[in-house]
Amino acid sequence: MSYALLFDVTKCIGCRACQVACKEYNRLPLDDQRDRRYPKETWDKQAPLTANTWLRINAHLVEKNGRVEWRFVRHSCFHCQYPACESACFAHAFYKTPEGPVLYHAYRCVGCRYCMLACPFGIPKYQWSEVFPEVRKCIMCYKRVNQGAPPACVGACPTGAITFGDRDAMLREAHRRIEESPERYINYVYGEKEVGGTSLFYVSDVPFEKLGLPTIERGEIGTEPIPHITHKVLKWTLPIAFTWGAVLTALYFATRQKGEEEH
Amino acid sequence: MAKAAAYGGSWAHDYDDIFERKWSFRMTPWRAIGLAIVGVMLFAAIYRLLFGLGAATNLNDRWPWGLWIGFDVLTGVALAGGGFTTCFLVHVLHIKDWKPIARATALTSLIGYLLVLGGLFLDIGRWYNFWRPFLVYAGSWHSVLFEVFWCVSLYTMVQLLEFGHVVFERVKSPGFKRFFDAILVPMYIFGIILPTLHQSSLGSLYLVAVNRLDPLWWSILIPVFFLLSAVFVGPAMATVEGALAATAYRREFELDVLQSFVRVSAVVMSVYLLLKGIDLVYRGQIGHLFDGSFTSNMFLLEIVGGVIIPLIMYLSPSVRRSKAGLITASALVVAGVIFNRFNVVFTGMAKWANFHYFPSWMELSVSIGLVTLGILAYCFVVENFPVLYDEHRHQYVPVR
Repeated sequence: MSYALLFDVTKCIGCRACQVACKEYNRLPLDDQRDRRYPKETWDKQAPLTANTWLRINAHLVEKNGRVEWRFVRHSCFHCQYPACESACFAHAFYKTPEGPVLYHAYRCVGCRYCMLACPFGIPKYQWSEVFPEVRKCIMCYKRVNQGAPPACVGACPTGAITFGDRDAMLREAHRRIEESPERYINYVYGEKEVGGTSLFYVSDVPFEKLGLPTIERGEIGTEPIPHITHKVLKWTLPIAFTWGAVLTALYFATRQKGEEEH
Repeated sequence: MAKAAAYGGSWAHDYDDIFERKWSFRMTPWRAIGLAIVGVMLFAAIYRLLFGLGAATNLNDRWPWGLWIGFDVLTGVALAGGGFTTCFLVHVLHIKDWKPIARATALTSLIGYLLVLGGLFLDIGRWYNFWRPFLVYAGSWHSVLFEVFWCVSLYTMVQLLEFGHVVFERVKSPGFKRFFDAILVPMYIFGIILPTLHQSSLGSLYLVAVNRLDPLWWSILIPVFFLLSAVFVGPAMATVEGALAATAYRREFELDVLQSFVRVSAVVMSVYLLLKGIDLVYRGQIGHLFDGSFTSNMFLLEIVGGVIIPLIMYLSPSVRRSKAGLITASALVVAGVIFNRFNVVFTGMAKWANFHYFPSWMELSVSIGLVTLGILAYCFVVENFPVLYDEHRHQYVPVR
């Protein structure tokens, strides 16, 4: 059983109860606001995730039908079907569980931070204040999900903006909402095609590029799973090694002159 | 003290006679300054290991990779690329003309890789775990970094084994000498396969940054570009080093060997330039190339100053055969490759990162200190082991 989350931008009122629930359930401390390492929260309350903030609701001012309106958008791990962080990790510390969440074995982590570079959404964050930091991000409350219970953020939402369930069912639900009220929604499920599909979907009434999400249309993200792109190149490693080795050996003996000593 | 003896330009001789049986590292004012810089680096390195990356560096969540990866690792490995290029030409293709510089380039390559490993060790957050990837967890081989890690480690070991051949010319131990001589040929072959793989893979590391690394640098061909540039920077780097060694030791600059050697660079640079052009046209980036943005200007500076101008200089025989022309062109090539790696790590990622990063003094002192340490190590080795080729062998004494 693979689970997923569906976030409905039209239903979120920006109360941030999910953010509090996430901090409480995962016992995450507050961020030090004096740390210059992190960008300051903007006036309209946008800020990036940190090692202690795995979920954030960012507010965006958007223009709709000639009016300026607020929209509130969830930012957290997308739990990709083909996670770039997993394929980037040379100790295989990140891994995709059959239940959907992408998890992290801290004991294996070397701390190279290649996962942070690899993630197309910039999700994994580092504990910069620690001597031996861990890479941290949303784990979709794995202990709860493993028992079939929804993550903490879902239970906290008063308007049902975030829903949880079987991945295929969530995808069907997203399309159903769009079909039922085409005048209300943009005809696009964000997360269905992005980097080969994710386990966090969005439906919205305003274009996604206005909500701080990288879009395919603007070339900020692709549809091809990132592990597939690196595989296209990496698969040549062993063939090249053996062919090149054979060629080098042949060249060595072909050009060697009699009685020549090696230096 | 320097006993000149006509040895007829061959390597193996009685070095005790030449080196007067002493291991020496003569102190000069410049070297004292160098050691002081290394001292500052050691302080910064220990501080970083004890208090963590966050305390010592200005890295942040938007810039997980900074100066140490960009300079110490990506640039360091590229500039050490002269070792495997020379090894291929001299030891596999048996081209004798360039043999006199083979040992010097192999030495710089070895020192370069040891420094890269040092820099990498400081850059990993959980340094007690550095050996983890050797365990080969299921799935870890899907990582480009896994391939880089294995190849760089193995290649450093191969280079140490290759260098045993030189060390035991001086250190008297017939058994070891026979052993290191016997493994030499397979080591040469491995010592070309491994860097071919990881020089290109260092470029492949940035494949994951698709749609984020600026399209002037992101290409599915980035591994090919990294490999080709590591190859063509080799002879250029050998020339720059040759010029420095000639000044430091008042020996003759090997103009004849080096001006013929850089022709290899000229050929590879032409291929590189052609491929870059085709790649940019194919991906429809020509408009972006001339749009006057900061990114495109940095790209043009890299290509014109670091490839096109030195290529023209290399291709013109009168410039190439003059000492000043050869050294200037080679310095441009070296600067161009450094510039390229920095563009990939910083310029090309700046738009996505959307946040500031400038290395802390500790990051800078480690990078500067590693280079200084490399120069001092090079001096010690060439003064005590038969590395620099000489018709009349003598002990090298620094003039400065």
